[in-house]
Amino acid sequence: MNGERKYWTFHGGVHPEFNKEQSTRQPISPIKLPKRLIIPVQQHIGAPTEVLVASGDKVFKGQLIAKMAEGELGAPIHAPSSGVIGKIEKQAVPHPSALDALCIELILDGKDDWGKSQLAPYADFSHIDNKMLFARIEETGLVGLGGAAFPSSVKISASKNTIETLIINAAECEPYISCDDLLMRERADDIVIGIRILLQLLNPQQCLIGIEDNKPEAIAAMQRATASLDKVQVCTIPTLYPSGGEKQLIKILTGKEIPEGGIPLDRGLLCHNVATSYALYKAVVKGEPLISRVLTITGDGVKQPQNIEALIGTPISDLIAQAGGYTTHAQRLIMGGPMMGITLKNDNSPMVKASNCFLVASTTSLQQANSIHASQPQMPCIRCGKCMQACPANLLPQQLYWYTQAKDFERVSEHNLTSCIECGCCDFVCPSHIPLVSYFRFAKSEIRAQKIATKKSDLSRERHEFLEFRKAREKHERDEKRRKHKAALQKKKAIMAAKKKRTGENDEENPKADAIKAALARANAKKAARQTKDSHTNTSDDDQAKADKIKAAVAKENARKIAREAKKES
Amino acid sequence: MEFKTDNSPFTGSASTIGRVMRQVLYALIPGVLMMFYFYGWGILINIVLAILIALGFEILSLWLRKRPLKPFLADYSAIVTACLFALSIPPLAPWWILMIGLFFAIVIAKHLYGGLGYNPFNPAMVGFAVLIISFPLEMTQWIRPEFNAGFVPSLFDSLRIVFTGFESLYSVDQWDAITMATPLDDMKTELKSGHYFSEVMGTSHYGFVSGKAWELISLAYLSGGLWLLYKGIINWRIPVSLFLTLAILATFFNWLTPDTHQSTLFHLFSGATMLGAFFIATDPVSASTTPRGQLFYGACIGFFIYMIRTWGNYPDAVAFSVLIMNMSVPMIDYFTQPRVFGAKSREES
Repeated sequence: MNGERKYWTFHGGVHPEFNKEQSTRQPISPIKLPKRLIIPVQQHIGAPTEVLVASGDKVFKGQLIAKMAEGELGAPIHAPSSGVIGKIEKQAVPHPSALDALCIELILDGKDDWGKSQLAPYADFSHIDNKMLFARIEETGLVGLGGAAFPSSVKISASKNTIETLIINAAECEPYISCDDLLMRERADDIVIGIRILLQLLNPQQCLIGIEDNKPEAIAAMQRATASLDKVQVCTIPTLYPSGGEKQLIKILTGKEIPEGGIPLDRGLLCHNVATSYALYKAVVKGEPLISRVLTITGDGVKQPQNIEALIGTPISDLIAQAGGYTTHAQRLIMGGPMMGITLKNDNSPMVKASNCFLVASTTSLQQANSIHASQPQMPCIRCGKCMQACPANLLPQQLYWYTQAKDFERVSEHNLTSCIECGCCDFVCPSHIPLVSYFRFAKSEIRAQKIATKKSDLSRERHEFLEFRKAREKHERDEKRRKHKAALQKKKAIMAAKKKRTGENDEENPKADAIKAALARANAKKAARQTKDSHTNTSDDDQAKADKIKAAVAKENARKIAREAKKES
Repeated sequence: MEFKTDNSPFTGSASTIGRVMRQVLYALIPGVLMMFYFYGWGILINIVLAILIALGFEILSLWLRKRPLKPFLADYSAIVTACLFALSIPPLAPWWILMIGLFFAIVIAKHLYGGLGYNPFNPAMVGFAVLIISFPLEMTQWIRPEFNAGFVPSLFDSLRIVFTGFESLYSVDQWDAITMATPLDDMKTELKSGHYFSEVMGTSHYGFVSGKAWELISLAYLSGGLWLLYKGIINWRIPVSLFLTLAILATFFNWLTPDTHQSTLFHLFSGATMLGAFFIATDPVSASTTPRGQLFYGACIGFFIYMIRTWGNYPDAVAFSVLIMNMSVPMIDYFTQPRVFGAKSREES
């Protein structure tokens, strides 16, 4: 724990109104069992899981109900409580696509019975082999709880003994969200056990916990909990959105910049969310798979904004009810924060592993306090460059916007749109109130579509070219074959001729052959004679008939002539 | 319960274009007051008339283009253009000068190119350039600063001069005595006719570093510009690079031949250097938008100001320099993209 540390800064960033105090007034509310859970089979980056249960099955708490698809990226899913499996069908899930996805319905029996499905608790994990710990992380379905939901087992096992610095992301820079803050205030010791497990697994040289300075209680709690650990340091960083972005936090704490397309591991770094390390503690020490998490229910649209520990799959409506229900200000339902969250159409869908916040708010309360109107009209871009100053990726949003409007996607790509993290800073500062991020999402999807189209046309061109090539090759092969065949034939003929010549010379030596020949000649002569005779008779008959016919015709004609002349005279 | 969906972010700043433009107008106040002190009612008539004409053209253009009036009038951009234009033409200039200039500024330079945000050239400077080419006489007759001429027309007389011409009040000879070229223009003529710089500076209407009135007016614009910098409405790159380039060139030539070349401070505190550097070259729509591009853009404007002032035929060079660089902006912006987060800098790669 060396005192002063050097911190770096990233370019840009904004200071929205953080509004976190709304949800930090009361401690985390404990789990309240809902009547039923809706558990999507895909709650992580990767492939959907394979369902292991059928409708009507009785399951225990913690029982594996969907396993990872073989050889695919993913995380298994467990029953968050005991009960009976209901319908397994497509339902609304909180996802930006707003498409329905396959979900397992679980009707709870209220007993919350583990049965025999609880895993062995590794209370003293330091004696447990790392291999077993890796297996535990995989089988408990751990994913990154910061929002991206990347399977933790993959991230951790890829980094064995190769990382220099482990970073625990506790910045929580999105406005309104306070679940990490509360978790650190109340359960710092458990989080630190999770961090110690990571240290044992990864053996980094140091571990830095990045917390924004607007969470003094959490900082104090974490400092207290890590006091005995030499490698671990709590880093208080200035409050600036989006310092909790992985790449931004890495820049602040280490000065290293992870380029677009790169991963922290390339630079000897690994970043984990603070809630993930708490889940890791539960998985290893308690033997509990990822079946619950702490999340924030806040905004002026709910009566009692607060943090709630809830089972994965709890319908949003139950969570809202737990927070006192809606107020008259409930105009928007947002999963995540006001900068990067997604709006949901209704509260029927469930919370998932990645849900860190449900924000219910009026559109006016979401705007900054000194805003004149809730929604100002979009004006033309005056290229003031405020967006450029705010962009944490150091892009030129004003130019990107210009080229996106012109649909000049080549130029858009040249201006590095792929580096855009869609943090919303440009949008936030724009005096013309242009929805820049929406434009950039559009441009990204257009570029992606173009790339796919180019790939497709390249492929069909290649195929066509190969077809032409194959045709030419086959023709050539055919010609070659024919030529060879011909040559072989000629060769054979030549040999035969030579043989014949040879046999001709040896005629007298072969009386038998002569006899056959003579017999053949005789037979042929006889045949010819018969044929000549037949044809002769046929011919004469035909000729006769013809001649008769002609004669008759001539006679007829003559008779007609005479008759005509006679007529004329008379 | 059903909710409306939307795209993130759901929160935004309170800033508007109107607010930005209003702050530019506030920053002009010291300069306007100083000019009013020296030039009297003419300058205020210019401003009021220019605003009315500009708004008229703005409304007409918006109506022709079938655009909503309210949001585009509330953006104050036409008023800013009108004020910058009004401050660059001589006080007591005839009303039709304003009419023609603003027609080119608002209708041609702004709306024919697509209106706010789409004009490649600074509208006020287009208006000014058209006028100085077409009406060089009217555009160079500045009345003598009042303390010098010992005379200032009353508001009523000023209005009569503006609307019915000076002939209704003065003879041509009298008018010539009342008006003079700006010190910048005057100094150029004097130097060309063989007088030394120091000699001319000693005459009565020159002060410490440039024209008696103009050095104070420039100082007032400088203070307004610094306030804009402080408020973050403009950034330092364009003015600083402009001043530096102009100062370096002026210092070099003045050091070589101090008698025939104006001093560095004379260049910085004469003509439209201050107004141009803080209020005109920084017009975001027509200026370069990248950090490095802005440095280059400002430096080039400084370079052209010196070139045209020293070797060109026109009295002041800010308008032409700005217009020349407006043309180059798309290319400058393209070649001066900043290093993207995570990308290697040139030294590293």
